[in-house]
Amino acid sequence: MLSLIGKRLLFAIPSLIGVVIVTFLLTRALPGDPAAYFAGPAATKEAVDQIRKKLGFDKPLIEQFVRYTGDLAHGDLGTSLTTGQPVAAELRNRLPASAELTLLGLVVSIVIAIPLGVLAATRPGSWIDHLCRVTTTAGVSLPVFFTGLVLVYLFYFRLGWAPAPLGRLDVFYSAPPTVTGFYLIDTLIARDFEAFRSAFSQLILPAVTLAIFSLAPIARMTRASMLAVLASDFVRTARASGLSPGKVIVTYAFRNAMLPVITTLSMVFSFLLGANVLVEKVFAWPGIGSYAVEALIASDFAPVQGFVLTMAVMYVLLNLLIDILYGVIDPRVRLEG
Amino acid sequence: MTAQPLLDVQDLTVEFTTRRGIVKAVQHVNISVGKGETVGIVGESGSGKSVTSYAVMRILDRAGRIAEGSVMFSGIDVKAASESQMRDLRGREVSMIFQNPRAALNPIRKVGHQIEDVLRQHVQQAQVTDRGETAIEALEQVKIARPRERYHAYPFELSGGMCQRVVIALALACNPQLLIADEPTTGLDVTTQKAVMDLIVELTRRRAMSTILITHDLGLAAAYCDRVVVMEKGRVVETAKSADIFAAPQHDYTKKLMRATPRLGVSLRDLLPEEDSSASPRVRGEADTQSVAGEGGSPSTVLVESPPHPNPLPASGERERMQPLLSVEKLVKEYPRQGAGSVLTKLFGRKPPVEEDIFRAVDGISFSVDHGESVGLVGESGCGKSTTSMMVMRLLDQTSGRIMFDGEDIGAIAPQSFARLPRRSQIQMVFQDPTDSLNPRFTAARAIADPIMQLGDIRGRDALRDRCEELARLVGLPVNLLDRFPHQLSGGQKARVGIARAIALHPKLVILDEPTAALDVSVQAVVLNLLQDLKQSMGMSYLFVSHDLNVVRLLCDRVIVMRSGRIVEQGTSEHVLGNPQDAYTRELLTAIPHPPLPVC
Repeated sequence: MLSLIGKRLLFAIPSLIGVVIVTFLLTRALPGDPAAYFAGPAATKEAVDQIRKKLGFDKPLIEQFVRYTGDLAHGDLGTSLTTGQPVAAELRNRLPASAELTLLGLVVSIVIAIPLGVLAATRPGSWIDHLCRVTTTAGVSLPVFFTGLVLVYLFYFRLGWAPAPLGRLDVFYSAPPTVTGFYLIDTLIARDFEAFRSAFSQLILPAVTLAIFSLAPIARMTRASMLAVLASDFVRTARASGLSPGKVIVTYAFRNAMLPVITTLSMVFSFLLGANVLVEKVFAWPGIGSYAVEALIASDFAPVQGFVLTMAVMYVLLNLLIDILYGVIDPRVRLEG
Repeated sequence: MTAQPLLDVQDLTVEFTTRRGIVKAVQHVNISVGKGETVGIVGESGSGKSVTSYAVMRILDRAGRIAEGSVMFSGIDVKAASESQMRDLRGREVSMIFQNPRAALNPIRKVGHQIEDVLRQHVQQAQVTDRGETAIEALEQVKIARPRERYHAYPFELSGGMCQRVVIALALACNPQLLIADEPTTGLDVTTQKAVMDLIVELTRRRAMSTILITHDLGLAAAYCDRVVVMEKGRVVETAKSADIFAAPQHDYTKKLMRATPRLGVSLRDLLPEEDSSASPRVRGEADTQSVAGEGGSPSTVLVESPPHPNPLPASGERERMQPLLSVEKLVKEYPRQGAGSVLTKLFGRKPPVEEDIFRAVDGISFSVDHGESVGLVGESGCGKSTTSMMVMRLLDQTSGRIMFDGEDIGAIAPQSFARLPRRSQIQMVFQDPTDSLNPRFTAARAIADPIMQLGDIRGRDALRDRCEELARLVGLPVNLLDRFPHQLSGGQKARVGIARAIALHPKLVILDEPTAALDVSVQAVVLNLLQDLKQSMGMSYLFVSHDLNVVRLLCDRVIVMRSGRIVEQGTSEHVLGNPQDAYTRELLTAIPHPPLPVC
């Protein structure tokens, strides 16, 4: 098992090197001059040149790249021009915020979507099947910023159940000491239950917004894959041996149907992690998506490169996790390593 | 028969709701099975034999339902029973063995656990808390070697025959009174087939169980059943003791089925229905289809019209007699064993390949095929016969050895470049599954025209169409079917399209890879005759890959028997199959179930 993981990580190295090269070149190829942006609209040409020189952008591309990779090897992702903070530190702060939001959103989504998909597949054409279809269609057709705003309007503005959508914690609470970076877990570790409540109530609306959006692919995939498995020969065998419907559906059909669902889950997760900029904007969430977009607009190279690299590493780890999960569920996968 | 049959099916009609209305898959069927009796249900595809058995267990699809009639199983009315009553019945009183055993088992659950699931459902909990002993015992009963280890095996780790044993263990775990075996041996090798059937018979006899054997193979039914029920198009056409039914079949359909079954002492022509056996099969066109009225294509005069082609048998000179059309020398195909060829070991390991890392699928075989000769390549699955045909076909590169075709070493040409050479047109192939080997988006005409468009010299829409129609007539495919898509054609018609496509470029050698394995016997009879006629009229040679010795006996001049990548015996069909020298050939021959009496 360990050797398999090691092997997979080794295989990831070439793709990571590729990511480093491509993001470096891509950010250089983008229109916009960071030196000019940084110097401000009133700066003279000399001032801009001076800044450019200071930032090292006057050097040939290859030299810039060598310096960049050298820094990278020391864990230095550079410094953001707009905030003046080291990129690595900012990503470290912001990644858990995004991850916590995405994970909770995904959990909510799974808890709703998978039973819905299974029920829809076992009763095709019934009201629950139609409910599944309507919910998922509505889920994908409504843009996240819209559902987010509706939720804020309803639960904060109208009903007053939710706190103001302003970041991860209510202003009255201080952030818990960082252990995992997930406030829900860190507050529990610190036994600060008030802060936990606050963090949870801040988190739930954006998480539900994400869940509504990600419901569709998960539920649809569960339904389709359950339908295929339920029509297969071994389910017929199980039924012909008189096994109870629960046993047939859970042990025989569902475990087999999980394989494509897990793949979908991983895709949805990695997509949401980087792409929920709009949700982060609506809820003033200090995540990495909004960080990267702001940096991109400002032609701020270092955060963009750091973001892309972080996402690439996350993808690699996530895929590894999925492969391991696959091996746990499907014995046929274990052989090929 | 005893007063009260164990299973009594009376006037059963099963309906399926489809988009085009209600289809009656089974109509007014009466079947009864006594205690300890083995009843065979025989019929071709679409005869409703499987649907009948599903109705007995009430495991029909959502769309299907028992519309009329009654099914009584030892006093229980299956049609009226509640779902939970049926659940108790399934597996404990009536159980079922399916076709394709590998698919019939949950791929991601240990076989031992699957058997335990059934035990746990039906037997008292106390008896199951014995850490798998009962399941291991069940595996032992079906003669699985090392049952304790196999308990932890997954289906993909077992061979097809072994999987079928597990399925049998699963079915018999709770000592049911009735076993329904739905084509239990289809897809298995003949020797495995015999072992599995003998096992079923032994186990059911010992437990005094009743058995329903559903099969398309008359020989199998005759060899193992007390009584046989023959079904056609959802109806029972004949029910009789198996000795009687083979001695004196009453119904025309039974007679037709029996004639069509390849067996000892008959010729290809004998397989056809009586009225046609004198004429060419093309005259009749389809034997298996609904409506081919009148469009059968003209009789043998067509053959004269067929493009001039050197008739090699009488006209061929001395040169050809001395030099065979195809000669294969010391052909070897090796594959790396699993896990050995990973990229990382190549990158970092730099280990020289060790001997055990290589699997020889074809191990130094030599044979030849003469002009106008048909040679059968037989053996069980995994013996290398398909690999050999793929190499000759130049779809696969050999590891070493020579393939001489018509004086040229085609083995030296890489498969990738062979497709563009004019030589390609001289070796063509007819594939096993007539459905899968046709592009579902191509009409029959387009499929037949495809090789001509790639390699032929006929240009222009009309000329191409004429050629297609000519080929269709040649293979007995009604011309009006040329514009249909594969799913609109029957199995036999699709087989004809596949043959027409293969002969479109006047090949010298046609490789037939189990061309009739997926067809019903009556269709198989027609297709085999067609192949024989085409060979004679066009002067082709055949390399016929098959596991069915009876079919090979009928069609081939010579036979090559392969086992584990080697040739164990070769010679004329009469000689090899009539007087086999090798023990393995004898084993293959004795494993074929024979009807008790040949019919004439």
